Amino acid sequence: MRPHLAAVAVVCGAVALALLPQVVPPYYVGLMIPFYGYAIALLGFNLLFGYTGLLSFGHAMFLGIGAYGAAVMSSVFGVTSFELVLVVVMLAAALIALPIGLLCVRYVGIFFGMLTLAFGMLFHSFLFKFYYVTGGDSGMRVARMNILGLPFNSYNKIEFLAGPFYYYCLALLLIAGFVMWRLVHSPFGLHLKAVRDNARKAEYLGVHVRRFRLAAFVISAAFGAAGGAILGFRVGLADPELVYWTQSGQLVFMAVLGGFTNFFGPIIGALSYILLQDQLQSLTEYWRFVLGAVLALIVIGLPEGLSGLVVDLRRRLAERAA
Amino acid sequence: MWALANIVAGGVFHAAVLFLVAAGLQLVFGVQKIVNLACGSFYALGAYFGITFITYAHQLGVSDWLILPGLIISGVLLGFIGPPIERMLRAVYGRDESFQLLLTFALVLMFQDVFKFVWGANPRSLNSAYLIYGTITAGDFSIPVYNLLVIAAAIAVAAGFGAFLQRTNYGRILRATAENRVMAEALGVDVRRVYAVVFTLGAVLGTTAGALVVPTAAASLDMAIEFVVEAFAVVVIGGLGSMRGALAGALIVGLIRALSIVYFPEFEVLAIYVIVIAVLIFRPVGLFGRAVA
Repeated sequence: MRPHLAAVAVVCGAVALALLPQVVPPYYVGLMIPFYGYAIALLGFNLLFGYTGLLSFGHAMFLGIGAYGAAVMSSVFGVTSFELVLVVVMLAAALIALPIGLLCVRYVGIFFGMLTLAFGMLFHSFLFKFYYVTGGDSGMRVARMNILGLPFNSYNKIEFLAGPFYYYCLALLLIAGFVMWRLVHSPFGLHLKAVRDNARKAEYLGVHVRRFRLAAFVISAAFGAAGGAILGFRVGLADPELVYWTQSGQLVFMAVLGGFTNFFGPIIGALSYILLQDQLQSLTEYWRFVLGAVLALIVIGLPEGLSGLVVDLRRRLAERAA
Repeated sequence: MWALANIVAGGVFHAAVLFLVAAGLQLVFGVQKIVNLACGSFYALGAYFGITFITYAHQLGVSDWLILPGLIISGVLLGFIGPPIERMLRAVYGRDESFQLLLTFALVLMFQDVFKFVWGANPRSLNSAYLIYGTITAGDFSIPVYNLLVIAAAIAVAAGFGAFLQRTNYGRILRATAENRVMAEALGVDVRRVYAVVFTLGAVLGTTAGALVVPTAAASLDMAIEFVVEAFAVVVIGGLGSMRGALAGALIVGLIRALSIVYFPEFEVLAIYVIVIAVLIFRPVGLFGRAVA
């Protein structure tokens, strides 16, 4: 995708998202909050998966760090500033990801996936079994917090989520997207792609392969925690389900659905997954089956995901016009 | 002393079931290089079907002695779900392993709703069907005969598989394909058929394990996703693709679980993953794995 086209797409997307609360009912506006959470987390996830070629099957751990971090700070320490929570959980996730990443990035492919899965399950069983610290399966409460120092006391929780918090998350997504765009189009991003495409050659050319993989892992962890904090804030609860391995699988699902080869793929993936899941859940209690079938179809027939489909259509249209 | 023996017996029983599923996972990974997340779903399928089988068997007044053979037979028959699924996986054989993993994840999601549709959302269990063959008691130590039979069946499968892979012609073909697919193909091995056979065998191991375990435990919608990560832990500890590793890994995981449930309940699952991580860090090929280039 050429840069100016990407800019047009971003502006159109942002304007559409900004106008959304004016046109659709509050229920759907509230539904968009998890979209922002997942989209931010997936931007990070895709730095690791799409750009560095490492498939993490334990990435839900960082969602959990974000959500539980928000819970501990807001409910135990009485922190009321959401920005402070965001900064702290991102730093915490990066700090935790550093030693884990050091161990994981020694491997690629299936071993990397399994090691991250093992760490994710380790964290899950800690959350699940240590009731007196984490609340076990009932989780921990995430108290309501201020954004930008404003408490918005006149709004109830739903109005707050559908109003100020919605725009707040949109801004966060734009910032996260901008940072990630700069990252992947910087020399750093080029290094990552070189590592993905041919690690040995990159090493030969003087790239510290493991160091770059580690950096990608740590950055993606920080993004994951930011997304997790948003998810936790919206539900008002951090529970261990958010960290289970199927949740990690769901993240991979979203990335593949949108198309991990495209910068915007994860965002499209998060959006379509959230909408699809919501529609399916209201239609049938067997929504998992349909989601599974969709995933199977995407994997078999559309490996570049929805964004790949769009790019392909555009190419065909251009060919016909020529 | 007797208490410890009881715990160990429970652990070995769990290990026997884990071994069967892990062996299926190993076989498929060893030959096809696919990590099959759906092996837990095969296990759950076997368990649910086992419940249906035993319920009907009781209604029809089938002799208790036919229950165990019946469960094994139904497990084996259920394995024939393998070929159509293998046919679907064929579409991604040439692709990146993450796609293969994802396709099996899609299967996990679909299976879960199939179980819900056919058997309902509530856990299903049989009232102590494992006591049909009585219990052996010595002092304070007691073990249901059924559990002993399942352990024996697992040992028989381990021995049979070992002999099949090492001694028979087809076993050699399987190992050759695992070693070098292209070379095996060049030498005239019908790799497509080998893959279908291997995947079906893996499925049979999973469904049989599920059918065997169901008299002692409930079948629930979560059992597939819970069991598959445990089977994962087994194969990682033992070494991906190694049968001996599956056996050792299953024993380690089974015993640790049994011991920690009693002595350190908080660490029941934690302990397993600490070992998994330790193995991956210090011996990434697993206890019995061989280094892969």
